Amino acid sequence: MPIEAGTQAPPVLAANRISKSFGEIPVLFSVDFDVRAGEVHAIIGENGAGKSTLIKILSGFEQPTSGTIAYDGRVVTLPPNGEAEALGIVLIHQEFNLAEHLRVVDSIFLGREIARGGIMDLGQMRERARELLQTLHVDVDPNARIDTLSVADKQMVEIAKAISRDARVLIMDEPTAVLSLGETETLFEQIHRLTARGVAIVFISHKLDEVMRIADRVTVLRDGQLIATVEARDLTPDSAARMMVGRELHNLYPPKHEPDVDAPRVLSVRHLSAPGIRDVSFDLRKGEILGFAGLVGSGRTAVAEAIVGLRHRTSGEIEVNGRVAHFASVAQSLAAGIAYMTKDRKGKGLLTNMGLRPNLTLLTLRRHLRGVFLDTGSETRALERAVRRFDIRARDASVRAGQLSGGNQQKLMLGKTMESEPAIIIMDEPTRGIDVGTKQQIYHIIAALAAEGKSIILISSELQEVIGLSHRVLVMRFGRIVGELVGDQISEEQIVRHQMGIEGKAA
Amino acid sequence: MSTAATEQQTPPPRPARIRFRLGALGPLLALLLLMILGAALNGNFLTVANMANIVARASFIGIIAIGATFVITSGGIDLSVGSMAAFIAGMIIIIVNSLVPSLGAGWGSVGIGIAAGLVIGLIGGAANGALVTIGRIEPFIVTLGSLGIFRALITFLANGGTLNLNFQASDTYSPLYSGSLLWIPVPIVIFVLVAIVAEVAMRRTTFGRHIAAIGSNEQVARYSAIKVDRVRLTTYALQGLLVGLAAVLYVPKFGSANSSTAVLWELQAIAAVIIGGTTLRGGFGRIWGTVVGVIILELIGNILNLQNLISPYLNQAFQGAIIIIAVLLQRSRRTTA
Repeated sequence: MPIEAGTQAPPVLAANRISKSFGEIPVLFSVDFDVRAGEVHAIIGENGAGKSTLIKILSGFEQPTSGTIAYDGRVVTLPPNGEAEALGIVLIHQEFNLAEHLRVVDSIFLGREIARGGIMDLGQMRERARELLQTLHVDVDPNARIDTLSVADKQMVEIAKAISRDARVLIMDEPTAVLSLGETETLFEQIHRLTARGVAIVFISHKLDEVMRIADRVTVLRDGQLIATVEARDLTPDSAARMMVGRELHNLYPPKHEPDVDAPRVLSVRHLSAPGIRDVSFDLRKGEILGFAGLVGSGRTAVAEAIVGLRHRTSGEIEVNGRVAHFASVAQSLAAGIAYMTKDRKGKGLLTNMGLRPNLTLLTLRRHLRGVFLDTGSETRALERAVRRFDIRARDASVRAGQLSGGNQQKLMLGKTMESEPAIIIMDEPTRGIDVGTKQQIYHIIAALAAEGKSIILISSELQEVIGLSHRVLVMRFGRIVGELVGDQISEEQIVRHQMGIEGKAA
Repeated sequence: MSTAATEQQTPPPRPARIRFRLGALGPLLALLLLMILGAALNGNFLTVANMANIVARASFIGIIAIGATFVITSGGIDLSVGSMAAFIAGMIIIIVNSLVPSLGAGWGSVGIGIAAGLVIGLIGGAANGALVTIGRIEPFIVTLGSLGIFRALITFLANGGTLNLNFQASDTYSPLYSGSLLWIPVPIVIFVLVAIVAEVAMRRTTFGRHIAAIGSNEQVARYSAIKVDRVRLTTYALQGLLVGLAAVLYVPKFGSANSSTAVLWELQAIAAVIIGGTTLRGGFGRIWGTVVGVIILELIGNILNLQNLISPYLNQAFQGAIIIIAVLLQRSRRTTA
């Protein structure tokens, strides 16, 4: 659905032969990029391909080492630290830039309050904010505090803020990564409204189906090089993946082994209730991959946290290997062989300012004790093993976990979890925000673990992933399990119908 | 080294970058400069006697600052250490004095006084820790409150005046400050022992690793099966115990305690920790740095006394300025790294 005006218009913002190095490390090589008014231009590529660096340069947050930026055809030097917003170029970061304690209206007008003689005109600001939110069809109270909003609504506030600044170019870094399907639809409608008004949109996404739906043109980056800029309608999932990875992606998902229906039950959850979940019951068998589908906020993480003792259980029973097991802490659940791998890599999974070794062994430090002392040699050997087994790629040993790419962080976290040699692994969004190549590696690791006899609960918002890996799928909605899908029933359509409440037990 | 950024499998062991090393040696460099300055100002500066005097004086704050290193590494802060030291000193004097009539002025009375001092420190620190962890109150507020409480208690116990140790008991007790073990003053011996044990605990035990993890990111620690509350409480209890130990060594120095005893020790202890390279926000701590930091502070005081250009009364202004500068340096190091 390319807009005619868009394809003929001259570019609003263009990057010409942009190169960028951080210290001695080059991240972009002579990349050309442009976006026209009313156009959606998507940037895709594996992690570390240079996408984020490119959009930071396009919005002035980074200066190119060489090459030029042209705005309205004129070569410009964009001001740093988001000051390019005044020129109409707005970047919406992946982690939003909203002060959690402010109200919506304060956030929208932050730094450009409507005031006379230093006194703010609150009435007018509120009125303007309300109008603005209405034109965007966003149902958010201007007086609501930011921290009471859902992630999707926060994003809408960011967009409203951008529009209030007369943004002509809106750049979004993985806007859909944190959104559910329904929320993504709303965002796309918003994008259509904006392009109809002549706003140029640049966005990064890891979801090919979305890119092909919403974008007019697509730019593929790989290892800092521009691979191609193509019309979205000419792109197929295969060709896109090929360009991104530089090799054919056969068998994204490993073949599924037939689940053994007679395998012993290793985990039984009966009528489990906790904050955010009600009356959840299910079984997990040895060697099984049990998928948990559902919208963001449907209670999947809450189930995992209630099982491993991170969330207070209000009622219900949990049995491990037929014995009642109620854990008060992660240490207890770990001792019983259940490990939980969080979806929040940087917030809850890894010590970003520490090295790889302390991160890997944090969960299992006691194994590296000699007497009362830590045996760093033993830790180093564990890291060497994990680096080989999970193919963790780091520049050198002094790298901090936070400096790794998302995919390598995920592998490090996987290594950390597996150090505890759990029999049951709960993986929460194990491939969120990572590139296709690493995803494929992780899928194969998950399948291999199940084949070894480990039991896996796979929580994922990517339906393809749940479908491609799971032997059985449970769908959650509003804190309850509303459906169980087995074998041929496991399909995108079935899962979505349950998620939306069209089918299954009433919520 | 970055030519290897082709992202092929790289084996883990490889030395860290040289710039980081330089940062790590910063405190030692500062120490060296001060030594040169001191020697230039006064010929008596570099004598064994003056050096021993400096380290002995540094040992009280040093022992406390070692405790503070653990607290700060775990992301906490303890402002109550100075008041607590004064309070414990007062309690030791009161307890010993009250035992002299029945037990005599020998090691019996003094020993019980010493044990009581350590126990009171442990309990006081644990109370701070419990309020921070179980009570879920900001450590800044908890220890600011207990700072006031302990300072008021010592003033109250001394009835606004000074508590003096029984004269004979003082004779028994004084070797703990003025005595020597293998020609080394006792406070220095104890300071060095505490520092060695603490350095090993910080680097080579699960406790050390866990407090760094908590200081770095408490959520990650919780999700990594670390008993966050227990570890944090332990850091405050340990801090209290070390304050008790410092007080035990301090009492025989003057044999008295009053409301101005150990005033602003918290400033010196925290300054020493930060100068030593421990991150104020937590996540990284090193004991040897703190030891160097304490000696740097003591050297500055010593040098101020050896010259007559700057008034020695400005000593604490220097300490205050140093703490601010050290944090500024820490921050610029982080942003350039």
